[in-house]
Amino acid sequence: MVYTINTGDTAWILVCCSLVLLMTPALALFYGGMVRRKNVLSTLTLSYIFMALIGVQWVVYGYSLAFGSDIKGLIGGLNFVGFIGVDALPNGNYSKTIPHGLFAAFQMMFAVITPALITGAFVERVKFKSFLLFSLLWATLVYDPLCHWVWGQGGWLKEMGVLDFAGGTVVHIAAGFSALAFALVIGPRKGFGKFPMEPNNIPLTVLGAGLLWVGWFGFNAGSALAANGVAVNALLTTNTSAATAGLVWMLLSWLDGRPSTLGIATGMVVGLAAVTPASGYVTPLASMVIGAVAAPISYYTMRFRDNRKLDESLDVWACHGISSTWGMVATGLFATTAVNGDGANGLFFGNPGQIGVQLFAVMVTIVYSFGITFVLAKLLSWSVGLRVTVMEEEVGLDISSHGERSYS
Amino acid sequence: MLKKIEAIIREDKVNDVKDALGKIGIVGLNMFEIRGHGRQGGIQLLGRAGTYQVNMLTKIQINIVLSDRNLEETIQTILNAAYTGEPGDGLLFVCPVEEVIRVRTRERGQDAVMYPGDIDERRGQAKV
Repeated sequence: MVYTINTGDTAWILVCCSLVLLMTPALALFYGGMVRRKNVLSTLTLSYIFMALIGVQWVVYGYSLAFGSDIKGLIGGLNFVGFIGVDALPNGNYSKTIPHGLFAAFQMMFAVITPALITGAFVERVKFKSFLLFSLLWATLVYDPLCHWVWGQGGWLKEMGVLDFAGGTVVHIAAGFSALAFALVIGPRKGFGKFPMEPNNIPLTVLGAGLLWVGWFGFNAGSALAANGVAVNALLTTNTSAATAGLVWMLLSWLDGRPSTLGIATGMVVGLAAVTPASGYVTPLASMVIGAVAAPISYYTMRFRDNRKLDESLDVWACHGISSTWGMVATGLFATTAVNGDGANGLFFGNPGQIGVQLFAVMVTIVYSFGITFVLAKLLSWSVGLRVTVMEEEVGLDISSHGERSYS
Repeated sequence: MLKKIEAIIREDKVNDVKDALGKIGIVGLNMFEIRGHGRQGGIQLLGRAGTYQVNMLTKIQINIVLSDRNLEETIQTILNAAYTGEPGDGLLFVCPVEEVIRVRTRERGQDAVMYPGDIDERRGQAKV
């Protein structure tokens, strides 16, 4: 069958590439504002570097492993290595009305931001060299295969009928549980639990959150790969979930004493992460429930983590891993073909089986991402070492890792 | 004899103290932000999920080097302007100063801490 380029779809997805790419600097700012001043540049760099690292890795082999011709449902082949064969014509499997190259570019932005999410777990103490090695291995061994399983043609989870519109499993659950695994291996920051480590620049964090929200329209609505009703629905559910979760977190924060700015911004991001897998399958009303439930789930996960004295520093697991797990379950509850004919129905629309598929995909994602990350982190900790020295950690990574002062 | 007053006061009292000092004719002073605590306990701030305690509170330290004939008047002015009655109002330290030298004119001693229109001029002890 011959597919033709639709200029409206193509223009929209071109814009979405920019929106999703912007989410990586936004994430950098979101994280950067929350660490101590002596580590702000380091934290920014941990995110920024992925634009460069995955920008190359994706073109050289990442896209091929994720979306290349299927090998036993587990991994793509090498037919798209170097973006050979990724041209301006639509690819019937992935992009019917936009150029193949555009689909590949759009997917690249997801591959860039996902490993950047994990960095929140190990800020203020990770050794830069080890981090670079870990990141390349993670992208190759975790992201690319997982992406293939859920979104690749012939991917085994896709074949099972899992519904993950924009990356609940591939992005948020994978990043969140990988963060948990890495935090368990690298250990806490020196002084964690003994004295407060205050955010150095909450305005930066809030700016990052706002840019993330806007960028998320590209992330979710763009995953429709077309300028159509499904994209609009995804935009609406994305917005509504973020808004609801922001309000609920504000209330939770108020119960603690006063409604904190950081809490409100965090709530918004949690709502965005939760609705990601559901955005193109559920109604805006359902997305309100998704956001409303995501906030307390993540909030109490954070408290739990803190009580266990685990220094998963920026709560990637609570904000992305756990909230998107809820999102995947919610997709299994609220999905309806009335919203997206290419999807399926969930429990509340007469298809109880979908929940089982969703939970299975979530379990697979958790076990795989956590397991591989744990092993990689352990291997690196035994060989090159995961942490900087005590002195380097005290002085701060800006100076010790990068030779720079943030605010002179 | 030259003395130095180190006045640690509340952040929000800085303008009141500066205005009051200006009225009596204290012209030369500097200040910086300082953190610390005494009897005032810390405060509770909001984190992302839950609260945390901060014990080192931000205050301002005003430094004034002056002749000891103006010392008591200056001290009283600062005390009155900086007072609220709550714990955390601050402390004043008075230390002797060995020497003061003005950069522009190389003046030393009392002359270096006298200015046109300042407290000494108003009292009628302006420099010749």
